[in-house]
Order: sequence, then C-alpha cells, then structure tokens
Amino acid sequence: MAPLDDIRFSLDAVAELSAILELDGFDHVDSDLVDAMLGEAARICTEVIGPLNAVGDKSGSVLVDGQVRTPEGWSQAYEIFSAGGWGSLPIDMSFGGGGLPWLVANCVTEMVSGANMAFVACSILSQGSVDMLIAHGSETLQQTYLPKLVDGTWTGTMNLTEPDAGSDVGALRCRAERAADGTYRIFGTKIFITYGDHDLADNIVHLVLARTSDAPVGTKGISCFIVPKVLVNDDGTLGEENDVTCLSLEHKMGIHASPTAVMSFGDEDGAVGYLIGEENHGMRYMFTMMNVARLQVGLQAVGVAERAYRQAAQYAFDRRQGRAVGAAAGPSLIAEHADVARMLIDMRAHIEAMRGIAMLNAAAIDRESHASEPDEREAAAGRAALLTPINKGWCTDRSVAVTSTAIQVHGGLGFIEETGVAQHYRDTRITPIYEGTNGIQAIDLVTRKLPMGSGRVIGEFFDEIEQHVALLFGADIEVGPLGDNMTSALSSARMVTRWLTDTFGTDPNEVLAGATPFLDLMGLLSGGYVHVRRALAAPSGDAELVAARLATARFYGEQILPRVFSLVPMVMAGSETLFAIDEAAWSR
Amino acid sequence: MNVVVCVKQIPDPADPGELDPESKTLKRDVKLILDESDSYGVEMALQLVDSAGGGDVTLVSMAPNNEVSGLRTALAMGAAGAVLVSDEALAGSDSLSTAKVLAKAIGRTEADLIITATESSDGYTGTVPAQIAELLGLPSVTFAKEINISGSTVAVKRQTETGYLEVECPMPCVVSVTAGVVEPRYPSFKGIMAAKSKPVDEVTCADLGIETDAVGWSGARQEIIGIDRAEEREAGEIIEDEGEAHERIISFLEELKVL
Ligand SMILES: Cc1cc2nc3c(=O)[nH]c(=O)nc-3n(C[C@H](O)[C@H](O)[C@H](O)COP(=O)(O)OP(=O)(O)OC[C@H]3O[C@@H](n4cnc5c(N)ncnc54)[C@H](O)[C@@H]3O)c2cc1C
Ligand SMILES: Cc1cc2nc3c(=O)[nH]c(=O)nc-3n(C[C@H](O)[C@H](O)[C@H](O)COP(=O)(O)OP(=O)(O)OC[C@H]3O[C@@H](n4cnc5c(N)ncnc54)[C@H](O)[C@@H]3O)c2cc1C
Repeated sequence: MAPLDDIRFSLDAVAELSAILELDGFDHVDSDLVDAMLGEAARICTEVIGPLNAVGDKSGSVLVDGQVRTPEGWSQAYEIFSAGGWGSLPIDMSFGGGGLPWLVANCVTEMVSGANMAFVACSILSQGSVDMLIAHGSETLQQTYLPKLVDGTWTGTMNLTEPDAGSDVGALRCRAERAADGTYRIFGTKIFITYGDHDLADNIVHLVLARTSDAPVGTKGISCFIVPKVLVNDDGTLGEENDVTCLSLEHKMGIHASPTAVMSFGDEDGAVGYLIGEENHGMRYMFTMMNVARLQVGLQAVGVAERAYRQAAQYAFDRRQGRAVGAAAGPSLIAEHADVARMLIDMRAHIEAMRGIAMLNAAAIDRESHASEPDEREAAAGRAALLTPINKGWCTDRSVAVTSTAIQVHGGLGFIEETGVAQHYRDTRITPIYEGTNGIQAIDLVTRKLPMGSGRVIGEFFDEIEQHVALLFGADIEVGPLGDNMTSALSSARMVTRWLTDTFGTDPNEVLAGATPFLDLMGLLSGGYVHVRRALAAPSGDAELVAARLATARFYGEQILPRVFSLVPMVMAGSETLFAIDEAAWSR
Repeated sequence: MNVVVCVKQIPDPADPGELDPESKTLKRDVKLILDESDSYGVEMALQLVDSAGGGDVTLVSMAPNNEVSGLRTALAMGAAGAVLVSDEALAGSDSLSTAKVLAKAIGRTEADLIITATESSDGYTGTVPAQIAELLGLPSVTFAKEINISGSTVAVKRQTETGYLEVECPMPCVVSVTAGVVEPRYPSFKGIMAAKSKPVDEVTCADLGIETDAVGWSGARQEIIGIDRAEEREAGEIIEDEGEAHERIISFLEELKVL
C-alpha cells in the first residue's frame, strides 16, 4: 500500500502544490489529474513492481556470457512501467514526457522506490541522461537519442566512477581520442555502473566522463560523451555493437537486482563516443543535473523507509508478547508496550519530515526553472542548492536508522531474511554512499552552500522558518513544545552558521570537522519546519489523520528536535581531537 | 465498429465501507471505483475496436452522486466517452430497474455490440445483462471468454464447467464476459491526462424518459428482507504427515464424493 494519504497531504501542506501548478508551463496539470495519476501509479506499484522486490533480492541480476539478465518478471514490469510513461513524467512535453513538476513526478519516484528500490534506479538514470541531453546535447544527439530514452525503448547510465576516482571525480583517467570524423574513441574502465548492462531495453546509452590527451588536470579537464552500447545508424535503426563490454557485476549488500557493473570501453579499437557540448565542460554539465540526481536518491531513501515502517507497524499490531501496563490479561499486542509505540511514532515522525524536506527541495527546483520573475528564479535556485545536500544527506541517514528500527520492532524475526524487513535495511544502506557520499554532502553544505549570496540564501531559509513558527504561536494548535523548541533550535542554527562562516577563512579543517554534525543539525531543523507546516495545515480533514499528524508533530518537537542542542558543541568542537591518535596507534 | 460497455462503479473492495441497517444496502457516500469485473469488458472492447480497425468504445454507467472516478479509469484505458445516469430517484433500484435505465442509456448510443461483465463484484446478482438484452429485444450471449467479430456476426466462446461452447449470433447483441479472460491494460499517464477531457454525458431519468416511480425504491420488485453477518468459517483439520497423510486426504475427498 502506497502512502497516498500522506503524500497528498504533504503536497498541499508542505509544498504548496497549488502554487507550483500555477507556475508557467503547468497549465495541463490540475489537482484532479495529480490524484488520478498518483492513484494509478500506486496501483502499478502494488500490483506489478512491488511483488518483484523480494524476488529480485533473492535471485539478483546475473551476468551470463557477457550479457546481464535481470530477474524473472523484470522485463514485463519494465514494459508496463515505460509504456505507461511513468519513467518520463518530469520530462518536458515537447520531448515526449509528461511535463509534470518535479514535485509531482517525485511522488511516483518515492512510491516506486518503496515498491522496489532496485527497479527504480534504472529510470532515475535514464531521466538523468535525458536531462543532460536536453540541457547540453546538440540537436543531432537530441534527435538520435531523446525519443527512445524518453519512451523507455532505450535506457541511460552515468559513468563517472573509476577505481581511483570516486569522491574525487577529477582524478578520473578514462581517455578520449579525437577521430577524423568528429567523433571520439573512448578507452578506459568504469566501476560501479548502475544498470551498466541489462536485458530490459534494446540499447543502453552510456554517459561517460573522460579526458582528452591535452586536457587540463583535475575537474577542469573532464569532457562528457554519449557512448551507446549499440551504434545507431543514420536512419535511426540499430547498427553494429560498440566496443563496450560489461566485465563483471558486483556482489552487493543490497539492491541485488540492480546490476552494478564494471564497464570496459575500448578493448579493441576504441568505443565510439559523441561529445556533449564542448570539451572540458563535462564537470560543469554534471553540476547542472546534480540537484535532481541527489534529490532522487533522497526519495529512494524515503520510499524504502516508508515501506519498512509499514511492515513494522503491521507486525506490531499482530504480534503479542508480555502484558502491557493497564492490560487486563496478557499477552498484549507489542504495539501496546511504550517502547514499541515509541519506535513506531519515531519512524513515522521521521518519514513525514523526510518526505516534506524532499518536497521542499523539489518545489524549489520547479520554481528555479518555471517561475516567471528572474529574482524569484534566482532565490529558488539558491534554495534548491541549499536543500540538496540536506535532503540527500539527512534523509538517507535517517532511512538507514528507520529501516533498522523496523527490524528492531520485529525482534528476532527481523534478523531472519524470510521476514523481508531486513532487505529494506540492506537496500537503503547504499543511499548514504552513492551520488556523493554523505561526507561529501556535508562538505558541500558548509563550504559551498553556506557562503552563497554571502549568507543570504541560508538566512532567508531561517527567516522563512521563523515566520511559520510565529504563525504556529498565533494559532490554536496543540503540538506541545514544537514551537518553543523550534525557536531555540533556530537560534542555535543561526549561531553555529555564523561560527562556521567566520571560522572557514581562518581554519578550514575546524569547519570540515564539524560538517557532518552541522548537516545533521540542519536536517533536524528542516524536519521541524516541515512539522510546523504540517501542524498549521492539519486542523481540517479526516479526524483520525488530523490527530495522528498533530501527534507526530508533537513527538518530533518533544523528542527528535532537541537533538539539535547536543549537536551544537559537536559542530564547534574543531578537529584537534580527531587527529589526536597517532597513525601507528590506530592499528593497536 | 462501436462497442458499448456497461461499467459499474462500486465502493473500493479494499475499503468497502458499511451496510446501512436502515435501507439494508451499502452506504455509497465513499468514492467509487471501476468494478474490476468490468475492466475485462473494457479491455475486450478496446481490443475488438482495435482489430476492427475503427470505431469507438463508449461506457454506460448508472451511479449515485454523478460519480465519475471509475469512468475516468476506463476512459484512461482508452474508451472514447461515457454516458452516466445519475438521479436521486434511482436510489433503491433493483436489478430490473437498473437494466431499464441502462437499456435506455444504451439507446442514446449507436452500438453494434454491448458488453457487460457476468456479474458485478458487489451486487453479483448476475441478472442485469440478460435483462438489458430482453428490454432492447436483442440476443444475449453469456459467459464469454473470447469474442471474435466477422462482418455483422459475433462468434463467442462460452465458458462452461467442462470446456467451452462456440456460439454465433448476429449483431447488435449483448455479450457478458467472464472475469480474468483478458489482461486489462494499466492506464498510461497520457491516457489519464486525455481522460480528463473526454466527454461524459451526464443524464437523469427525465432525460431518458423514465418515470421516476418505475425505478428506485418505488419501482423495485425485489426487497431485501434482512442482512446478517456471514458465518465464520470453521477451523480446518490439520493432518501431521507421518507417512500416511495422503491416505487421509483421499478418504476425506471420497467422503465429499469429489473423487
Ligand atoms: C551500488 C552502487 C552503485 C553505484 N552507481 C554508480 C553509477 O551508476 N555511476 C557512477 O559513476 N558511480 C556509481 N557508484 C559509485 C559511487 O558514486 C561511489 O562509490 C561514491 O561516490 C564514493 O566513491 P568511492 O567508492 O571511491 O569512495 P571514496 O571516495 O574512496 O570514499 C571513501 C570514504 O572517504 C570519504 N572521503 C572521500 N573523499 C573525501 C574528502 N575529500 N573529504 C572527506 N571525506 C572524503 C568518503 O565520504 C567515504 O566515507 C555506485 C556505487 C555503488 C556502491
Ligand atoms: C436496494 C438497492 C439500492 C440501490 N441503490 C442504488 C443507488 O442509490 N444508485 C445506483 O446507481 N444504483 C443503486 N442500486 C443498483 C445496484 O447497485 C446495481 O446496479 C443493480 O442492482 C445491479 O445489480 P448487480 O450489481 O447484482 O448486477 P449484475 O447483474 O451482477 O451485474 C452484471 C453487469 O451488469 C452491468 N451493470 C450492473 N449494474 C450496473 C450499473 N449500475 N451501471 C452500469 N453497469 C451495470 C455491469 O457490466 C455488471 O458487471 C441499488 C440496488 C438495490 C438493490
């Protein structure tokens, strides 16, 4: 069961869906369409994609004679998914997509992730390639590749990582040689390539980062190429196989069905590649699509957390053990024990916060590209850039925690694979790692995002939170200490932000040492903001849900948000202690 | 070729709501959805029109409160338009009244073929299809698992307990199809978007020339006398297999005279 109620509520309460739908370019979308679309997407998730989750975990994708085979049922599900246009919802209608705001399209990404995280990765990567081609590809490249990537006949991949170039993409060595006909020949090995090979589509369009022989070192010398698995003839039909091989697949902790490939380019005469845009601009192009790519990983994290939570909640109202306080006779439902009730509401309050942050992030991305006024677009761009590492970092870390708690609710059965809840934990564990590790997100937040507009961008976010907290004080809504704790958390956040900004110039390592606690603090604060908005919107509607929403808002304010106060000294502790252990002593 | 499909919109079986002890019928204040039984008819109709190379699928539905959610689903699958009959006077209609209303509504279309399900998922009297045929003076074929058209004749494979019968009949006619015989397509996003602007002709009893006292509670010839909870199923017998479980199963089946 997809969380339609909460998605629908969050869209209005947190992300102001109606305002997003009024932006230029969304005339064809209204609230009824959003409802109908979410309902049908939820049905496909429940009936088609969800049931393959455990199957995929068990059998995984496998490499047979150089060709990756996805698990049984995968192809049919992919066919239904792509024929329905579900993979191209956010893509502009002029390119054959659904033309939906990211805010709305992402709800589907969240649901599909919850249904089957290994499945969703394929369409996320295709969307990424489409975005890249639309933004930077020549007309010829667009005409050749876009229609089939958009309708799902072909899929896309991202080839950045190499054995010696992970977090530091600038260290990559994959080589591109200019050929006489204006194309390039690509040589090199890429690792960890998601859906680098598979049997779901006729062709795979690899986006490959490589450097020409005369390129400057580091990120300034990276170019971006299209390298198709099968070459495309001038008339659009498929021609010869390109010089691209899938060497092996990784054996992973989770997302077993999502093939993670070692790809070799140019074992023979070089893989034919087509330059996107200009040479040496590759990294800049990647940055333009980074926000969306990172947002999607945050959504995977929300989706899987939601699914684990549901499973735990169901179990807690089924399993009986011990006698709860006040119960006439045992055994009681475990949900009646205070500690289990705490775990359930903790998961729920976190997920609502995570979903809300992802929506705020998506709404900012929509405003950035669709608002009519330039200054509105600029402000939104700043907001999107600020929220991206918070969403990616915090939501993925919380997802690991939530799925772990879901295991805990199950007791010993949680540790048993047949129960199925362990899979969610194993699956979501990759989300803090790929698409920029959370360490890199935290560094991005403190070194690039805090200084934006000389502190104006983050300052405006704080002001917006403050205004909503003031509304909460003015309203007659019972959410305990949420308002008071938000006020204190906000002043803590402002204080450490000032400290980080002042310290960065004099001692960058002090700032880097506090980056992760600061990201955590910003996540907690943003989650609190989400709950403030939810509380402000809660008083109307279904009484059961209203009460539940106010309860999670209250719990968040009482028991989650106060962690901000313990993070303050961690942010400002500096780096000295971290390096206090002598290198030789680490192994002792 | 134009096909009309009668589709019933019913409360979501996953969240069915309650029975009203007063009227002894289902409370219908919840959002209604397309009856899954009817999704097979819609799919079959779409396939028939497709292979005929032209024509439209039109939906006909009778439902309270101008409900269109279920119709939108079928429109998103590919039907071209719908006739929706909604009228307070229809509350309490029995299956004959329903058939009268549907027959009149079908009369507003130009149908070569009328498809229904064998029985609905909530009422499941299974009597509406034949009554529609009778009221329209058309031939009726039931339990179809496959429909083929050639010229102005339909050839139907009728599911039976032991196999199937092949029957033919001239069009127009009413054919009721069995659940599960085709794979209903999932609406695509573009289908959902297109469905928003497809025409739904909303009509009342007056529009159809139906006297309101011939339908609804007053026209009903069927009365629900009482409603009761279904009996709980008795716990089954669990046989531990110590080598002779199969013999126990065989003798059990023999007792039931199924072997
Ligand atoms: C399942 C899976 C799928 C993937 N899919 C793709 C894909 O489709 N395409 C693709 O190109 N890549 C993909 N990757 C690669 C992934 O993005 C990288 O693994 C990730 O960016 C981290 O790089 P690394 O593994 O080299 O780790 P390292 O960069 O070696 O990092 C190790 C640790 O050091 C930290 N660290 C590194 N540098 C710094 C620094 N400057 N400051 C502070 N801390 C630092 C990191 O945070 C991390 O904790 C995938 C990986 C996996 C496991
Ligand atoms: C007491 C009572 C109160 C009722 N109140 C209302 C009311 O307030 N509003 C209202 O609209 N109806 C009302 N009905 C009508 C009722 O819901 C059924 O439509 C009718 O009784 C048909 O019975 P069934 O579901 O057993 O049909 P079946 O014969 O089992 O249905 C077979 C097929 O006939 C077609 N069909 C049946 N019903 C419809 C329909 N309504 N629209 C389109 N196709 C259909 C479908 O293809 C269906 O699969 C009421 C009925 C009763 C008995």
